[in-house]
Amino acid sequence: MKAAPGIALAVAFSILAAWEASCRLIPLPDFILPPPSAIAVTAVARAPLLAANAMVTGLEIVAGIGLALAVAVALATAMFASRPLERALAPFLIASQAVPVFAIAPLLVIWFGYGPASKVVMAAVIIFFPITVSLLEGFKSCDPGYRILFRLMGASFGRRLRYLYWPWALPYFFAGLKVGVSVATIGAVIGEWVGSQAGLGYLMIQANARLQVDLVFAAIVWLSLMGVGLWALVGLLERRWVYWK
Amino acid sequence: MLEIIGIRHGFRDLAVIGRMDLRAAGGGFTVLIGPSGCGKTTLFNILTGVVPGQRGRIVWQGRQVEHLEQTAAYMQQKDLLLPWCSLLENALLPARMDGRNLEEARRQAGELFIRLGLEGFEDYLPAEVSGGMRQRCALVRTLMFQRPLVLLDEPLSALDAITRRSLQSMLLLLQQDFAKTIVMITHDVEEALLLADRLVILSRRPMRVMETIDLDSPKPRRASDPELLRLRERILDVLQQELVL
Repeated sequence: MKAAPGIALAVAFSILAAWEASCRLIPLPDFILPPPSAIAVTAVARAPLLAANAMVTGLEIVAGIGLALAVAVALATAMFASRPLERALAPFLIASQAVPVFAIAPLLVIWFGYGPASKVVMAAVIIFFPITVSLLEGFKSCDPGYRILFRLMGASFGRRLRYLYWPWALPYFFAGLKVGVSVATIGAVIGEWVGSQAGLGYLMIQANARLQVDLVFAAIVWLSLMGVGLWALVGLLERRWVYWK
Repeated sequence: MLEIIGIRHGFRDLAVIGRMDLRAAGGGFTVLIGPSGCGKTTLFNILTGVVPGQRGRIVWQGRQVEHLEQTAAYMQQKDLLLPWCSLLENALLPARMDGRNLEEARRQAGELFIRLGLEGFEDYLPAEVSGGMRQRCALVRTLMFQRPLVLLDEPLSALDAITRRSLQSMLLLLQQDFAKTIVMITHDVEEALLLADRLVILSRRPMRVMETIDLDSPKPRRASDPELLRLRERILDVLQQELVL
């Protein structure tokens, strides 16, 4: 998914221009809706504060992605290797996503503390699902002709996994990972809202309570940029690793 | 010698293979020809153990076997090259999968690449070369199985007429230079006549052997040979009647 950057920029610019204009035409107080220019000024002027908190949230997200990857790859492989296991685990996998993250966030904070650990787990809970499902789907979509070929070659399951199924599923894996990283910020921020001492989510809650709406928006801008950055990074890795497409 | 005795097969209440007896002489080129959808591929799936045989026996070199998973190499209409591996890596796959000495395998593959005109393309990805070259690479891989029996499931039917001609002569190499026992499925009567020592005409579903023709004229043969042209008409007549019925 590669939108022409020109079009994306034009759309963003039009929305911002309309927003800026309406803020100037209808004089709203800044604590209700600040104009984009004010948000931009805050986002730059408070950069040290924002950066320090973004670092915390960023590390939580990256660690969350790491944890999610470990769980997802293990789970998808196990479910692919064993049909009964797949049938046994599938309902729990779905259930894990049916429960709203908000509902378990306070529990995770109780279990894992106010520090980053609970946010890492929260992010991982959200991210692992699309990766697991895509990867499993990828494994299963392998052309039966190749399965026969590897069967005749007498390849062990480990070798089939390494030489056939894993590369075959790699594009699916990346599709899942892209969905995963784009929602990763949600998990971390919700975790920070429920209870934390640092992070962009923490900053937003603090600023919101003081009606510093421009700072809330500035934090959102930083968060969005982090999300886009992660997405771009995954896209870069995909182009490198899935070099045959 | 490969013997198939009284093989029968069905899906639900659809009889796919009627009662099939077949003998393929050791070192011989046996070609199965029949109307499409008659169950030829099911027969290969039973032989390779992909589909469990329901009735009948498979005898290889005088010994009854469950299937030929460890005995046969297999080549399909689709080249089934791994798109993420270079041509050379694809050719080395059988050696890699059963843990053979890779140095030795590399040397053999190198020789075969020269024989089949793939020299210089070792490091290309399958997507970067023509369909004919891909199929030649698949042929190298088939040889790299180092199995005495080769099953060919319409190996050339996806190629254009000119490429097909040149590959037909390469299939003869399998028999003449590598002393393989070959069983090939094809729709192409001319191809069958050019290659076969024994030509087996199959009925439509439920599949059984209608007629067996032994050809002992030396190879390579010419398609314009009057004897072959006469046979060709006869075979087409038989097949056509089978379709009209």
